[in-house]
Amino acid sequence: MNFVEQSPALLVIIPLLTAFLVNIVGLINHRYCLPVAILGILGSFTASVITLIRVMQNGVISYRLGGWPPPFGIEYVVDHLNGLVLVTVSFVSLLAVIFSKESIKQELPEKISQFYTLFVLLVTGLLGMTVTGDAFNLYVLLEISALTGYALIAMGDNKALVASFNYVILGTIGASFYLLGVGHLYIMTGSLNMANLLTILPDLYSLNAIFIALLLILIGTWIKMAFFPMHGWLPNAYTYAPSAAGCLVAPLVTKVSVYIMIRIMLSVFSPLYVYSIINLSETIVWMAVIAIISGSILALAQNDFKKMLTYLIVAEVGYMVGGAWLASSIGLTGAILHIVNDALMTLCLFLFAGIVIYKRGGQHLQDLAGLYKKMPVTMAAFTVGALSMIGVPPTAGFFSKWYLILGAIDGGRYHFMAALLISSLVNAILFFRIIEIAYFEPKVDHHGGEAEKVIIEEAPLSMLIPLIIVALSLIVIGLYSGEIVTNIIGHSVPTGI
Amino acid sequence: MQSLIADYNYWIYILLMMIGLYAMLAKNNLVKKVIGMSIFQTAIIVFYVSIGAKEHATIPIIAHGSGHGAVETAIDVAHYANPLPHVLMLTAIVVSVGTLGVALAICLGIYRRYNSLEEDEIQEQLQ
Repeated sequence: MNFVEQSPALLVIIPLLTAFLVNIVGLINHRYCLPVAILGILGSFTASVITLIRVMQNGVISYRLGGWPPPFGIEYVVDHLNGLVLVTVSFVSLLAVIFSKESIKQELPEKISQFYTLFVLLVTGLLGMTVTGDAFNLYVLLEISALTGYALIAMGDNKALVASFNYVILGTIGASFYLLGVGHLYIMTGSLNMANLLTILPDLYSLNAIFIALLLILIGTWIKMAFFPMHGWLPNAYTYAPSAAGCLVAPLVTKVSVYIMIRIMLSVFSPLYVYSIINLSETIVWMAVIAIISGSILALAQNDFKKMLTYLIVAEVGYMVGGAWLASSIGLTGAILHIVNDALMTLCLFLFAGIVIYKRGGQHLQDLAGLYKKMPVTMAAFTVGALSMIGVPPTAGFFSKWYLILGAIDGGRYHFMAALLISSLVNAILFFRIIEIAYFEPKVDHHGGEAEKVIIEEAPLSMLIPLIIVALSLIVIGLYSGEIVTNIIGHSVPTGI
Repeated sequence: MQSLIADYNYWIYILLMMIGLYAMLAKNNLVKKVIGMSIFQTAIIVFYVSIGAKEHATIPIIAHGSGHGAVETAIDVAHYANPLPHVLMLTAIVVSVGTLGVALAICLGIYRRYNSLEEDEIQEQLQ
């Protein structure tokens, strides 16, 4: 069997089988779970990288599962857009799984094998959603990742169960709306294959049923990505999840949902339909403006560090939805680049939050006091993440924000540009407040012990290394973002929208 | 009025969906919310199944060798029902059973911790 040729299927199959294997070796000894999970995700990461390289060399890959030709069989389609998302997803999950070692030992010592089984299954679901070219197959994988996500979040502390319950209810509504939209498309066209839908739909663009189908799918994905008025489930679920689970779900689940929205817009409906024939773009960009501003203001009101980050995710989702609906190819480029950058930035900040919880036992802003002296390396990595969130060059966050702003000017949407700038300003206030607490204020000893001397006390290496890698990758991606845009994203963004 | 009668299957699914949505949003008891969620998912299953249904239609399988009347004519499109929506719903039923299982397990966990399934009582304890 030729592994290179099978790479699009392998990148889903390897973690799927690993999930079962993790469960089996967990019965023998909990210690084997982590190495098996790491190997599985590493295999998946390798397959994703091979797939992306193949796409860059030879163009779009269409993989027929079971040899059935589309539109009858299920097809995996990898182009530049989802190749990039695949590499991002598997890279982030690889770092998150390495990080989880110590954190899980501390937080969930009795549930190690269950945790890693669900963790690897969630990665399977996310990769499958990204790679598939079939609208119904996407629904199934959407639910696989959602169900595992509910269970992972419910493993957290006291409030996690209630947060997870609300997520189950809203997540199911979202997935059901998506399924209903796909049903409408199926009634009108008789097909579920995305490429086939793209060729059949133009004759039906004037029909209301197609418009309703698009609206239902959009609402479904918006609930899944926590787009502002539908964000209610996210802050509590991500705040109270176990920190290792938070490191996986917070960077990836919302980003993959954004990818799905863009995929449906470009590859099921066409740019012609979503930007010109129907008249939604203005409304959605306004909704994105409201999402960005509300997310930023709500973040400003939080005293809990992790909860603050979750509201920043809500704001960032506004960036990407707005960018995708600007009706300008530069804006769309910015939105796609921001999927990658935001996944890494969120990972960086959540890894940092995980380390703080591990060392200090709390996630309140005051728990960060005096950290620069005690954990200089951790804080350096956090600072890179914070600067990227604010959008300071040469970190990655600056470049995607730059493309989004250019797109807003290009499309004449100055309110969106204003929202981006306001949000950057709020991020600057938020992160400089944290840096101030961590840098200048003396450490307040909550535990009533004697005054301690300042000793450098870094987190364990298995936590520190993923954090350093992600911080470095933020700078590297920032420096090479021009190459990423011309060589990868440029191929999937339609020109002259 | 005519569309009400001709498309009655769509009205049924909309009605079921609204019942489910109401239960999910308005009910105080968590298990009732889960039941609402289940009704909501069932509504979509009914929607899919109804679009594949056809009167006097049979399964699209050609019976070799037996050769008795109606079975052979199922080669003609007018005589067999589209099986695909039904097959899709097999998967969707599995998914909804899985969701129901996870939701009930979470309810169980909540009950063990808060000794209640009423949302307002749990919120009081969370404050």
